[in-house]
Amino acid sequence: MSGDTRHGVGVSPGSAVGPVVQVAPPVRPPADEPAPTDAGAATDLVLEALAAVAADLDARAEAADAHAQPIIKATAMIARDKGLAKAAGKQVGSGKGPATAIAAAVDEYAAQFEALGGYFAERVTDLRDVGDRAVAHVLGVPAPGVPTLEGPSVVVAHDLAPAQTAALDRNHVVAIVTAAGGRTSHTAILAAQMGIPAVVQLHGATEIPEGTSVAVDGDAGEVTLDPDMALIEAQRERRERRAAALAGVSGPGATRDGHAIALLANIGGVDDAIAAGAQDVEGVGLFRTEFLYLSASSLPSVDEQASIYAAVLRPFGDRRVVVRTLDAGADKPLAFANLGEEENPALGRRGLRLCQAMPELIDSQLEALAMAAKETGADVRVMAPMVATADEAAWFASRVKAAGLPKSGVMIEVPAAALRSRHVLAEVDFGSLGTNDLAQYTMAADRMEGELSDLLDPWQPAVLDVVAAACAGGAEHAKPVGVCGESAGDPLLALVLAGLGVSSLSMAPKKVPAVRLALSLHTLEECRALADAARSARTAEDAREAVRAAASEELTAIL
Amino acid sequence: MAQRTVTIASSVGLHARPAALFVEAAQGTGLDVEIGRAGEDAVDATSILGVMALGAKHGEEVVLTADGDGADAALESLVALLSRDLDAEEG
Repeated sequence: MSGDTRHGVGVSPGSAVGPVVQVAPPVRPPADEPAPTDAGAATDLVLEALAAVAADLDARAEAADAHAQPIIKATAMIARDKGLAKAAGKQVGSGKGPATAIAAAVDEYAAQFEALGGYFAERVTDLRDVGDRAVAHVLGVPAPGVPTLEGPSVVVAHDLAPAQTAALDRNHVVAIVTAAGGRTSHTAILAAQMGIPAVVQLHGATEIPEGTSVAVDGDAGEVTLDPDMALIEAQRERRERRAAALAGVSGPGATRDGHAIALLANIGGVDDAIAAGAQDVEGVGLFRTEFLYLSASSLPSVDEQASIYAAVLRPFGDRRVVVRTLDAGADKPLAFANLGEEENPALGRRGLRLCQAMPELIDSQLEALAMAAKETGADVRVMAPMVATADEAAWFASRVKAAGLPKSGVMIEVPAAALRSRHVLAEVDFGSLGTNDLAQYTMAADRMEGELSDLLDPWQPAVLDVVAAACAGGAEHAKPVGVCGESAGDPLLALVLAGLGVSSLSMAPKKVPAVRLALSLHTLEECRALADAARSARTAEDAREAVRAAASEELTAIL
Repeated sequence: MAQRTVTIASSVGLHARPAALFVEAAQGTGLDVEIGRAGEDAVDATSILGVMALGAKHGEEVVLTADGDGADAALESLVALLSRDLDAEEG
């Protein structure tokens, strides 16, 4: 019998065994750090700390893979920056202790970058990472962040910043476990894209001793300390069965009785497009366009946008690419389109609401997309985020038509649009359920609040009811309704969604094979029965269990 | 003092990888190089934080200045760098 098994939330499928490597928490300078008695010596200490951080980052960059190397090198440059050293030296001169001086200098630059907004605000994470490392060096405590991995490791942290997750050494990280985080946190999404099994919301994760052998099950959300051979063997067998079963199906998605459900990829940029274009997918169900804008200090020109869109479209040939128009707002502010502070950004002027206030944003984007579509001959379909009413849908459809693009759609992520989909979808050609935001708004639970993970469970029967309402409205006009949230990538939930009437499922490309297999093992009628079972359940947990119990054993044996 | 004006060619402006490449090249000259917008305070071109804080975007004109031996040749190479789309060369 294996030892201690703990339960969290599985957010990226697969299983793995390895020793725990704890990610040290950030360090803060002590509030009572004394003023330096010898300013010269204190300044030397600051410079030495920054130099040590730069040298450490250089060494990590050497060991990192080609993808992470430039990111780490750029961070090392920040540590070696003359301006940062000068600013910290000035702080020492004004009577601050070395650790406090470094933190203050970092704050100065961080404030500048945050004021610039957009891309620059994002770089603050790297800047703070340098500051935290230098402060740790001064204080003589372990450097925060992920230590250098020397072999297969299970990375354990309170939480991981997206930049930390992206920089993980894929050759060595076999699984990720965090105490915080949620189903739709960026770390969860990144882990799934990278194909690394991950469990979040594991209480006490940071107390597991370094080096402890753990077995991580990213499907069940279980972490077992000191697993015995039987468990390790069982997981290995399941991995092998799974790989064999997934290799057995390919091509367009369909139920066992041949009802087509298109299997699509979620992408967020040119690199993603090239990677996904090479996969066995039927196109793109969600192309997030924010990257183009977050990295700009002014609205990119139409030509500039068009050339990047063309680069994204090209890898897909004649396959469909569903483009979501700019989804920015107070939580993802743009340097050139800021409507000011909002009390509740998630409920504020974001998505289409921002574009209605500043129509030049959407008009230039649609013009650029039309140019790229013409140049590449791609099957481009555009959809607007944060649509709540039929009037908004009609407004968007008219802009799309004016730009000369053939098909318009709306994201269905506001419950109002789902409940009134009969009228909303009458205005456009298709709908796409963004289940992450739909769950957030249906359950009134902030997506970024890991503690509310249970409320955000996509199996919540209330969320399924809202999905069902959206599908029913679409069916009245024979308008296709797809799903592009994380729930599309859960093989059991995908069956329920098919049963509710969705016609396409879009997800991280790594999740496609398991969903394809799940569909191929069930008829549409069986999917409908599973959907009924899920909606009849009282709780999210009951819904999941009811579907698991009724689904094909051939599927559940490998999940 | 040598001076050159150049238009930023990188499609997403002078930040991240393009900024890092530029700063590395500026450091490589061994000279005091500055970069800025015409008529505004220039920043140290060998400081990644300074260059990023400048926030120069695609299509924008910037002025490079340098002093010392080989300043003209050094600026020529930096101008050539900024005239290329550094983002497009990724991967």
